[in-house]
Parts: sequence; structure tokens; C-alpha cells
Amino acid sequence: MVGDGDVVMSDGADRHKHLCKVLYRKSPFADEDCFQPGEETRKYLQEECKVLVIGAGGLGCEILKDLALSGFRDIHVIDMDTIDITNLNRQFLFRSRDVGRPKADVAADFINRRCGHMGVNVTPHNCKIQDYAEDFYSQFNVIIAGLDNITARRWINSLLHTMVEFDEDENPDGSTIKPLLDGGTEGLKGQSRVIIPYMTSCFDCSLDSFPPQVNYPMCTIAETPRLPEHCIEYVLVVEWDKHFPNRKLNTDSPQDMKWIFDQAKERADTFGIRGVTYSLTMGVVKRIIPAVASTNALIAASLVNEALKISTYCGPVLNTYMMYMGNEGVYIHTFEYEKKDDCLVCSGTIRNLSMPAATSLQGLIDSLCADPSLKLQRPSITSDKAVVFMSSPLLRKDHEYKLPMTLRQLVDEGVLGENEVLIVTDPIIPSKLKIRIALT
Amino acid sequence: MIKIYGVGRGRGKEGENKPAAPKRQPGEIRIQKELDELELPPHTSIAVPDKNNLMAFHITIAPDEGFWKGATYKFVFNVPGAYPHEPPKVKCETKIYHPNIDLQGNVCLNILREDWKPVLSINTIVYGLLYLFLEPNPGDPLNHEAADALRTDRVNFARLVGRSLKGGVVAGESFPKLT
Ligand SMILES: [Zn+2]
Repeated sequence: MVGDGDVVMSDGADRHKHLCKVLYRKSPFADEDCFQPGEETRKYLQEECKVLVIGAGGLGCEILKDLALSGFRDIHVIDMDTIDITNLNRQFLFRSRDVGRPKADVAADFINRRCGHMGVNVTPHNCKIQDYAEDFYSQFNVIIAGLDNITARRWINSLLHTMVEFDEDENPDGSTIKPLLDGGTEGLKGQSRVIIPYMTSCFDCSLDSFPPQVNYPMCTIAETPRLPEHCIEYVLVVEWDKHFPNRKLNTDSPQDMKWIFDQAKERADTFGIRGVTYSLTMGVVKRIIPAVASTNALIAASLVNEALKISTYCGPVLNTYMMYMGNEGVYIHTFEYEKKDDCLVCSGTIRNLSMPAATSLQGLIDSLCADPSLKLQRPSITSDKAVVFMSSPLLRKDHEYKLPMTLRQLVDEGVLGENEVLIVTDPIIPSKLKIRIALT
Repeated sequence: MIKIYGVGRGRGKEGENKPAAPKRQPGEIRIQKELDELELPPHTSIAVPDKNNLMAFHITIAPDEGFWKGATYKFVFNVPGAYPHEPPKVKCETKIYHPNIDLQGNVCLNILREDWKPVLSINTIVYGLLYLFLEPNPGDPLNHEAADALRTDRVNFARLVGRSLKGGVVAGESFPKLT
């Protein structure tokens, strides 16, 4: 049954007529070495290409719709959130009866119902992106992020970089590179960018250019609050720790949020401040930024255009950053965001070493320092599980006892894993060095 | 034009989704680098209680001039995963009579909150804390009583701090003996 204004699109062989015009014809703009106009390319897009959408919110709904209508078929979506009534004004895949249900499920159902007859199949994942490991992300050909927070964007950016494999000459293996198309909006402003791990700049390269989150001065929120936000912030940074010293606030728990709201309201009353509401509390605690539906539509459209080009090679890909400023009239600017030499994610090389298992940690450090191509002076090394060694005069005493231990012993003691990628820092290198040691 | 031939065309097998292995986040690598290159000013020191977790550490400051000369104060640093987008959380664990540090150890220092930027570092914060001992600022009070005392009469304020350092009672609060 068709309900709620759902319109089933006309069936017909020429459904992708316009898309095929783009994919079947030569283009003077496309890279001749890559683009092969014709059926093969369409087949790749529709039968092989697998795309992941991160976030099923304001941007995510638009991205999913655009992908389904642009010829993509195998689409996955991941989001941990459930639908809130305040989402309905712009997250158009959701209806009031869906409130409380997982966003990914409802979004997938909607697109499948509406576009299933076109061969589109959306697979939902109701979880955090951090719940999945590399093997999940490696099944996709392109990843589109429509996220509202920097932590999650940094996480996926970092993971996609660690997934890239390098040959003996330290060149990245293209087939292990997953392009990340990242979009973000704030009111009438937005940006979309293309991140191709190790080929372009990455998310962390631009970290300094993101405005830091608003933090009110401690003395203002503690002593002279004037705004409802000051009261909420005080409860968040001072009262919570005081009452629940060993528990982290869960911003998705209605009980926790109610507690913050109640305390903030009480504090506001004592200072004669009005305007502390539950939704303002949510906004301050979760650092929600205002969203305008049309900005989301615009940014999502540009991301999906890039996804189409990057998947089929039918046109040149955005290099690398597009900024839309609707708040200052209309201004669109595209530019190449430069890689940062000291970026801790995308800069620095990886070395595959092979060493006798009986080598001591001191021996490993000596050999790193002796390598003329590395020129290290006093390396510090960490593994996923532990700090292997800190060379700083302030901290080396904590780790000196490990210097005579052999690499085998360190593996047995769980200090490092066999073949694990270790992170090496040294004052001489602006970024970091990765090493992987095969024990012989 | 970015040459992207072959990029994204390889694909791992769709396996069971193993639980995510811990992967060091950029914030942790940045802290590794910062602590490795930390150059502490005189009369300060660092300790990492869990030697394998560089995201939580203590900085100890023993001012050699100013009102708090001779005492030693321990600041607990907790670095969030989002570092350096978000600043470290810093609390003073030693009870102190100070206009800009309250009795719970909350610290009013602009670069810890409103003026934090990712280009700042742990080193900058240590210098900021040190400055609070040299130039307490009664204009930004977290401990009102102490701020008023400093503003009205510096000599009397010095006497009150001195009493607090000897383990005395100031404004109805007792302080640990530090000198
Ligand atoms: Zn980077």
C-alpha cells in the first residue's frame, strides 16, 4: 500500500536515461586514463559499488535520497541515534509515528519501500561507528560522512588512514584506499570535502581551522552566571562530577539529562535567570548546532555528485574543499586544502622492519637512531596496549626497566603485539613514524 | 586533477564484524609527542600514575616566589579523546586558598576553557598555572572570599595565605599543612 504521500516512481527501462548519458559518453573533463564510457561503468556503479553513509540525520537523509536517485544500489547506513520529534522538520525520511525508533532502520525502510523496485537496497546499522572494526569498513568502495561532531569525523578519518597498506617502496596500495567524502553544515554555511587517504590532506590537517567549541569562562559560570547556558554549563562541568565522581555523563540517557536539566533550572532560579528548558539543556550538553534544511540539501547534493564521479571516473573530483557561505550573500569557494607536514594522521612514513626476536629494546632504539634515512635522536614508542618507551628525560625512568628486555619478551608481556604497527615520535620529526617489526 | 585510478576499487571481504580493536586516536599520538617533548619550567614536575595511559597525569608546581612560596600543589590532568579540539580537564587536587581556584579544585584559567585553541599545548597550560601563583587575579574570582581579601589588603591576604599554608583555618575552612 502506498501511504503518507509516498509516490512510487514510474517503472521503465529508461529510468537511468540521464545518468547513462553521463556514463556512456566521452567527456573532455574526465581523466582519460581512468574513465571508460559505456555499459561496464554503469554495471560497476549498479552491481559492484558499495557505499556507506555515516549518519542518518539532516545530511544523511538527503545523502541517502540522492544516492538512491543517482544510480547507486548497494547502500549501507550507520547511525546510533533514535528519532526525536524535533528532527521531523528536516529529516524527511521520518514521520511522527517513527519517533523513538532507530534512525538507520527507518531511513533504510523508507528508501527501500520507495526505491526498492529500482534495485536499491539500503542496509541499516544501528550502532556507533566505533563498534565496527576495519573489516567492516573495508567492504565499501566509498564512504560519505554526514556527521555533526568532530570526534566521530576524526575517528573515521584516522581509521581509514590506518587501513591503507603500503608496498616496500612505501607507496600506498590504491585498492586499500577508501575515499572519504565529508560534509558539514552550520546554519546557512556548509562545506564538503574529498579526503583520499595519503593522496590529499585529511580531516586532522584542518583541525586548527574548526572553531573550538564554545566554553564559557569558569568564573562566569561559577560566580556570575547571566545566561541560561551558563547555568547548564555549570551543572555539566562542576555539579555532575561532584555528585557522580566516578560516572561519566551519558548524554543519551533521559535520566541523566533530566538530572542536568533539574539542577540547571534550580540554579537559574536562584540567580533569577529565565530560559532554562529541557531542549536548551540538550542543545548545550550535546553542543547541537543549528541546522537549515536547504543547506543540508546543498551539501548532500555536492557529496553525492563527488561520490558518482569518484566511483565512475566520469569527471574530475573536487580538489579538495568546497565552502558554501549562504550567510554572507552567496559565496562558494573551492580550493585545495594543503596537507600539513606535522599532521599526526596522514603525515609520516611507515617502515617494515625485520629483526631477531632476541633484539633488546635498547637494540631496537639504537638501530632506529642509526638508520641514516630516519635520523632519529631520541625516539619514543607506543603500541595499542602500552607505552613501550618514552625518551623524554622527565618520563624515561618509568620505562627504563624495559630497555634490556628482548622483543620476544615484550611480546610475551603484552607490551607490544607481533607485527603490530607501533607509533614512534621524536623531536626531530614533525609528525610520527610508524614501524612494523617482523620477528625473525 | 587528483589521479584516483584504482582508488576504492579494492574491497575486503564482508566478514563477521569483529569487535573494534583499540586503535590509538590522533589525540593520543599528539599527547605522546607533547609529553615526549615537554620542557617544564623550574619547580614543576610530571608523573604518570598509569604508565601506559598518557592521557591522565599529574603536574606538580612548587612556586618559589609569590604568596604560595614553599608549598607544593598537585594538578590532575585528564585529556579527552577529542584533544586538541577540546582542552584537557585540569583540577587542583591540593586544597588551596586562592582567588582563581575554588575549594573543590576548579581552576579559572582562560586557556583551559574560553580561550583554548588546538595550537596551544600542555606546556602552555603549565605556564598558565604557574602564572596564577605569581599573579592571582581578583577580577576573575572563583573563591570570592579570597578575591575580596586580595583586593582590599594585599598584606593581610599574604598573612591569610601564610596561615593556610601552615595548616590553619581561613574563612572557616581548614587547609592542609604544606610548609
Ligand atoms: Zn592530515
